[in-house]
Amino acid sequence: MKSASDLLAGNGNHETWIPLLETATREVFELMLGCQLTVSVAAEEPSEEVTAMVGLAGQLCGVLSVRCDSKAAALMASKMLGVPLEKVGAEVSDALGEVCNMVAGNFKNKIAGLAEGCLLSPPTVVTGSDYSLHSLAESPGLEINLLFERMPIVISLQIHS
Amino acid sequence: MSIRALIIDDSSVMRKIVERSLRQAGIDLSQVFEAGNGAEALVVLQDNLVDLMLCDINMPVMDGLEFIKQLPGVANAKGVPVVMITTEGSESHVVEALSHGARGYIRKPFTAEQVKEHVVPILGGKS
Repeated sequence: MKSASDLLAGNGNHETWIPLLETATREVFELMLGCQLTVSVAAEEPSEEVTAMVGLAGQLCGVLSVRCDSKAAALMASKMLGVPLEKVGAEVSDALGEVCNMVAGNFKNKIAGLAEGCLLSPPTVVTGSDYSLHSLAESPGLEINLLFERMPIVISLQIHS
Repeated sequence: MSIRALIIDDSSVMRKIVERSLRQAGIDLSQVFEAGNGAEALVVLQDNLVDLMLCDINMPVMDGLEFIKQLPGVANAKGVPVVMITTEGSESHVVEALSHGARGYIRKPFTAEQVKEHVVPILGGKS
């Protein structure tokens, strides 16, 4: 396991974090939703978007987000609650927020020093795609595209420091 | 023997997952109380007896660490084991929680098997 300081060095190049971010995401879906994510061959964009965001502060500052369409978010809630899809209601935002929170926590716990030196904000969930996100990120950020039950999900990490 | 559990997490989805994991772990639950933060949990404990508490750390109003610090003054919490279930992997949080009486620590994401490993031993045959 590389340390946070090792990984934070490197002229803003955090490409080595992509496998960690993907592993962190896959583990959350396997353990908490009981399903395997598959690789998205093309960078498919979700429609009717729902976006969950968790802020990171401390040794690593940034925003981690999980973006998917509303049907995928509802299916996540269904699997997490163990109820049929048609019985899912207001829990969708809560479920996606928790997924994002667990991905962020699992990701930082994979980097030595970040578990201790980086705190997470409560999740924020935005519904709809008609918005602009202005980040003060100092690097281009990381993004991975995966498929959840054949529906695209996009996990991105905007790094401020 | 069945037990009464108090599950404390600001996510209602996570509270349901924890309850389901307890049942999947073979723990017979006679009653499940839910609270969205430590302050709500203290209110639940004023009027109810429980055998087990599972508590998140990062919560609004009153977090999990503050909650367990308050427990020595709560009559209905005497001798009741508390297991922290959290995304936080910080060693200092683990140490602080254990030093204030938490009996275990489960990191999210988790499996029902992990819940069983951490919870069953501390129930001392009650489950």
